[in-house]
Amino acid sequence: MPRHRLTVLFLAIALAAGGAGSACKKKNPPVARPTPPPPDTDMTAGRPPAPPEPVTETPPVSVPPEPTISSADMGSLDDINKKGILQPVFFEFDSAEMSSDGQAVMAKNAETMKQYTTWVVSIEGHCDERGTAEYNLALGERRALSVRQYLVSLGIAAERLRTVSYGKEFPFDPGHGESSWSRNRRANFVVTAK
Amino acid sequence: MTNRSLLPAAVSLAAVAALTIASLAASPQQPAPAPSGQQSAEGSGRITSDSGGRPRLAVPDFLVAAPDAESKAIAATIGQVLWDDLNFEREFDMIPRDTYASIPVPASIDAVPFDRWRELGAQGLLLGTVRKTGTAVTVQVRLFNVAGQTAAFSKEYSGTAANPRTFAHTISDEIHKQQRSLTGVARTKLTFSSDRDGERMKGTVYDRRIKEIYIADYDGANPRRITVNKSLNINPAWSSDGKAIAYTSYRRANFPDIYVQRIYDGTPPESPAHGTDRIHNFLPAWSPDGTRLAFMSNRDGNAEIYVIDANGSNPRRITRHPGIDATPTWSPAGNQIAFTSDRSGSPQIYIVDADGLGQPQRITTDESWADRATWSPSPFNEIAYAARSGPGFDIKIYDVGSRGSRLLTHGEGSNESPAFSPTGRHLAFASTRLGNQQIFVVDREGNGLKQVTKEGNNFTPNWSR
Repeated sequence: MPRHRLTVLFLAIALAAGGAGSACKKKNPPVARPTPPPPDTDMTAGRPPAPPEPVTETPPVSVPPEPTISSADMGSLDDINKKGILQPVFFEFDSAEMSSDGQAVMAKNAETMKQYTTWVVSIEGHCDERGTAEYNLALGERRALSVRQYLVSLGIAAERLRTVSYGKEFPFDPGHGESSWSRNRRANFVVTAK
Repeated sequence: MTNRSLLPAAVSLAAVAALTIASLAASPQQPAPAPSGQQSAEGSGRITSDSGGRPRLAVPDFLVAAPDAESKAIAATIGQVLWDDLNFEREFDMIPRDTYASIPVPASIDAVPFDRWRELGAQGLLLGTVRKTGTAVTVQVRLFNVAGQTAAFSKEYSGTAANPRTFAHTISDEIHKQQRSLTGVARTKLTFSSDRDGERMKGTVYDRRIKEIYIADYDGANPRRITVNKSLNINPAWSSDGKAIAYTSYRRANFPDIYVQRIYDGTPPESPAHGTDRIHNFLPAWSPDGTRLAFMSNRDGNAEIYVIDANGSNPRRITRHPGIDATPTWSPAGNQIAFTSDRSGSPQIYIVDADGLGQPQRITTDESWADRATWSPSPFNEIAYAARSGPGFDIKIYDVGSRGSRLLTHGEGSNESPAFSPTGRHLAFASTRLGNQQIFVVDREGNGLKQVTKEGNNFTPNWSR
C-alpha cells in the first residue's frame, strides 16, 4: 500500500502546514508543484509543455465532533440531574403551548441530547396550585406530551423520551404567588439512563 | 332472650353472662369487628317533639357494671361518639352533653330520674350499660321516651374492648333505622391521600413529599395507612362492596397507573388498566354496581376517558376529542358518565352516555374552571364539583333536574375534590381553610361542617358505599 502511506504522509504535512481546517476543503485540491508563470510558458518555443498533472485526493466526509465530555465522566445520574444540564420549559396558566423562549430552551436541550446519545430522558409535566388536583394530572400529561413531540421534531428519537405527569403534586416553589406559580408550571427533564 | 323490653336488670345480666362471645381479635389487615346484636331491637314508638320539630335527645355517659377505669373509659367513649353520630344526621336535636352533667347517674338503667330529664327539656334519653368480661364487652342500650317513661328501643350488643366506637356507630345506625327509617352512615369509612408521615419520594434528586392512601372511620377516627410504597398515591375510590380501593399510584417504575387493592385480603394490588411506561392511567371511578372502572388514560396520545371491566378486560374508549377529557364519575344507574373536558377552552363538566356513543352535553356554563364531578347516589340527582371562585375553588352542587347550581362552600380557603356519602345526605371535600389541606364533611345543605383529618395534608377523599 505505498499510495496509502503517501496519502497519510501528505495529509500530515498539510495538517502541519495549514491546520485542521484546510484538510476539509474539498474544492481546492492541492497540486504537486506550482504552475510556472505564464510569460515563461508563452516564451517557450517549439512543443508546448505538458500540462501539470493535478494530484487529487478525496478527503473523508466530515462528521460532527465526538462528545468532548463523556457522560461517564459526569458521575451518577443523580449528579447529572443535580447539575440541571437540561433546562426546564415554562408554561402559561392552563396551557401546554411552548413560548419562543421555551422553543429556544428546547433547541438547546435537543443539542445536548444529540451530544449525549445514550441518554434516556423523562419529561415531567408539572402544574401550579391554582388548578384542581385532578384536571392538573391531565394538564401535566399534555405539557409533557407536547414537549416530547417537539423534541422528536428536532430529531430526538422517541424511544429516548419518557413522559410523566405529576399534576400539582410536586411544586418546585412552595410559595403562593405568581412568581412561584410561574416556576411550577413546567416541563422538567430528568436523565434516567446514560 | 325475647320479650323483655323492660325486664329487671338482674335478669338481663344473667342472660348476658350466658352468651357465648366469639373471638373477634383483629389482625392488622382486618377491620375492627362490628359488635353483633344479640337480639332484635325491642321497644316501640317514635320519640317525637311536641312542636313537630326534631325531638330533643340526651345521651349521657353509659353506666358501668364494674367501676374499673377501662370500663369507665369505654362507657364515656360510647356516650360521646353516639352523641356525635346522632348529631351528624341531624334527625334529632341533640342536647349538649355539658348541660346535664349535674343530673345524677342512676344506679341502674331502670332507675332513671325522668323528672330531671323532663326539666332539661329532653324528649328522648339514650342510656346504656357497659359490662366488660376480659376483652369481651357487652353493651345494653335503651332509648327512653321521657314523657311516657317507656323504652322506644332496647337492645344488647357484644363485641370486644378493642374499639368501643364501633358499638356507638352500630347503635346510632340502628336507632336511625328504627326511629327515622333512615340508613345512617356511622359505620361507613373514608379513604383519602395524605402526606402525614412526612416521607420523601425515593429515586429522585428533588425533595418530593410522597402521599400514601389511608382509610378512616367516617368521623376521621381510626386512621390506617393502606399503601406503603414511598411513592405518589392519590385519588382513592372505594369499591361498592367496601372491600377494595382503586387509586392512582406511581409505585412501579415511576409511571402512573391504576391499582386495585383488596384491603382486607393482604394480596398484592392488581393493575387492571395495564399501564406501562408509555400507557398511563389515572383517576379511577367504580361503576355503582362495582363491575366496571372508568378512568383517564393517555393511551391514544391524549387524555381521554375509558371504561374497563373490573377484571381489566373489555376496554372501551368513551371520549374522542383532541382536548383534555379527565376525572370521570358515574351516574347512580351506571348508564351515564360525567367528566371534565377543556374542549370549550376551559375545564367544564360534561355528561355522556356510558357507552360513549352519544354526544357529550355540557352542564356547567357559568364557571371559569370546573372539575371533579361526583354524582350523588339516589334519591338525589345532583352532581357536586369544584368551581373556581376568586383565588381558589368552592364546592358547588348541580341539580340535574332543574339545571341550577348552588354553593356548598363560600370562599373559606380553597375547596376541592367533593365526594358524596352513600346516602347522598353529606359530602366530604378537601379544604385549605385552616392552613394545611384537610378533609371536611358537611351535609348537603352546607350545615354541620366537621373537620375529620388533622395530621399533615390530606387530599381527594372518597366515601365508602
